[in-house]
Amino acid sequence: MERSGDAPPDEVPMVLATEGQHGPVIHAANRAARIAGLRMRARVVDMRALCPDLRVEYADTEGDRAALDRLVLWARRWCPWTVADGPDGLVLDTTGSDHLWGGEAAMLVEMETRLSLLGLTAGLGVAPTWGAAWALARYGGVRQICSADQIASQLAPLSVPALRLGDETVLLLRRLGLKTIGALADMPRLPLTRRFVRADLPDNPVLRLDQAMGRLAEPVSSVEALPRFRAQSRLPEPILDPAPYLAALCHDLCAQLAQRGFGCRHLHLAVYRTDGEVSTVNVATSAPSRDADHLRRLFYDKLERINPGFGFDLITLEAGAVEAVDIVQTRLDGGADGDLQLARLIDRLTARFGARFVTRPVLRESHVPERAEGWTRAIGDTQAAASQVSRERPIRLLEHPEEVRVLYAVPEGPPVQFIWRRQTHRITRYAGPERIAPEWWVDKPGTRLRDYFKAEDHTGRRFWLYREGLHDDGRGGDPRWFVHGMFA
Amino acid sequence: MQCMSYLFASRQSANQNQLDTRTIGQSRSLSEMFPESAVDAGAVGFILSRIQRSAQPVLWVQDRLSGKEAGRFYLPGLNRRWPILRVDVTRAVDVLLAMEDGLRCKGLAAVIGEVWGEPPALGFTATKRLALRSEANGIPCWLIRRATNPDLSAARERWRVASMPSAPHPHDPVAPGDPQWRVDLFRSRHSRPGTWVARYDSAADRVDFSAPFRDGAVAESDGAIRRRAAG
Repeated sequence: MERSGDAPPDEVPMVLATEGQHGPVIHAANRAARIAGLRMRARVVDMRALCPDLRVEYADTEGDRAALDRLVLWARRWCPWTVADGPDGLVLDTTGSDHLWGGEAAMLVEMETRLSLLGLTAGLGVAPTWGAAWALARYGGVRQICSADQIASQLAPLSVPALRLGDETVLLLRRLGLKTIGALADMPRLPLTRRFVRADLPDNPVLRLDQAMGRLAEPVSSVEALPRFRAQSRLPEPILDPAPYLAALCHDLCAQLAQRGFGCRHLHLAVYRTDGEVSTVNVATSAPSRDADHLRRLFYDKLERINPGFGFDLITLEAGAVEAVDIVQTRLDGGADGDLQLARLIDRLTARFGARFVTRPVLRESHVPERAEGWTRAIGDTQAAASQVSRERPIRLLEHPEEVRVLYAVPEGPPVQFIWRRQTHRITRYAGPERIAPEWWVDKPGTRLRDYFKAEDHTGRRFWLYREGLHDDGRGGDPRWFVHGMFA
Repeated sequence: MQCMSYLFASRQSANQNQLDTRTIGQSRSLSEMFPESAVDAGAVGFILSRIQRSAQPVLWVQDRLSGKEAGRFYLPGLNRRWPILRVDVTRAVDVLLAMEDGLRCKGLAAVIGEVWGEPPALGFTATKRLALRSEANGIPCWLIRRATNPDLSAARERWRVASMPSAPHPHDPVAPGDPQWRVDLFRSRHSRPGTWVARYDSAADRVDFSAPFRDGAVAESDGAIRRRAAG
């Protein structure tokens, strides 16, 4: 779907591949590759045998999906009710809109022209039901149009996969000798229903046939296009500092947002320089907001990153990721509550220090101490699964365990004394060991187990020490000792 | 021994009769904490025990050197007291900026900052700003300062905390039990400075303060009070 300037010439066989169960499989192929006999969803290595000079690129399915979502909104030019259908299709409910384009035939021609201008090839069909239109667009003639009383006759010659069935069901129907939709429709209904009584809708030919014939309703539920919010100020002559204009832009944008009842989570400030370059600054918020002062403050000391060049004469401020926000008054005096203030604090800190450095700790399911604690970005709104801590743990943990020199009475026992950061700590009391085995599904082979001790030295400081490995575990030499944390 | 400790306890209570031990370290203002050494987590444990359990988060700001030298807090050990919002910064200036920003927000349970050494940004003015901001919103603010000496500061309370050998473990004679700290409030604006032995009772989640036991001359007034009590 994505157009790019470096597309290979059409005579070079080329495929897009995705990861399959046994290596890459073919996701899409160009015309030359299809002529060479490549099949969809076959393994790339097998198809290379057929066509040695095959060019393979990895498919960007996420990008395709996003492009299709944009195309759904773009297709509203023909009718107001559009929705994506699978990974490669669009469904348009053109009821009552086709006469605006001079009839259904003229509308299909217009669609094909417009899509080809975008660089897209399209198979088009018009039918009274979703299922029939799907079948005609993919398996029917060129720009086939079907009226309500012709559905059965027009679908009859099409092959069975045109009913949107899964591969296994298609194979089963072929083994039963049912190759066309007509043959399937001529079957007595009762044995067919009985045969597929347990099958779900995508694998049930009876239900799929009913959908295509209009006996089973299949409404099109459309997605709503979010409005775009944008404020701009054109300047009479180029300037170098956007700060004086920022407050007015924020107020303008927030007034637009408030009027439609929306809040934004991203803000993009762009300055258009006189030499044709565009310089942008982006900020994000943790909760949708339309408070002009708050949004303006997020740009604090970020404006310096704009490279003004020889000056700029157009500033735009655009709201991204808009969401509907209701006006909520939680307190009688109209003041803001703690949650809102907290969200704003996170926004300000994130804007100033970066999202990587403003985090929330969460507990993870692991016995290995450094993996028992994870960090999520504070600006996202992810709720982590709660897990339990069963044993006593230190309140501080060193970033990396630090190796210490240890004196011990028995090799497997607790240390008597250790030297850490050039200081000698004599151990007076200890608790342990608590053995923590390596997680073999994560750790490298040969990782040694750890025996943790809570040890108190002669001045009363409490440390969390561990011995890595045992003397005769065959995974290296003598075990080493580390300090990993401190107790209160 | 018991007699002596009783004697000192009575003196302490006479000296500190206007100070309720439940309010020690509970001021809703800026407090500075000077741990005895960087590797001593007792000071942090004392601060944690002084911030009340709540559903509101605690903002924890740390500069890079503190994190390297003294480690970072460890959530499994904090016993789910409050949610935490952690900010990692490189410079001490940024620690102060983030703390001040946090003190502006009423939705926090407390603000804790850790600064290593004596950065030029952390002067009297900076601490005064923090103190005023903290008092304006009534949010406790703790500034942990390591590898430095207490110099000029506007902190309303200044503490020095060192770990002491822990209380006996109830079941295991060789294991350390509940932590004990020697707590020294050496400068205080609203209450009287003092020195205590704080024992954290992990079962009840509270801190018991008692007078420190020390060898020294008995003050003049001690006998008088005792005589009056006896007579």
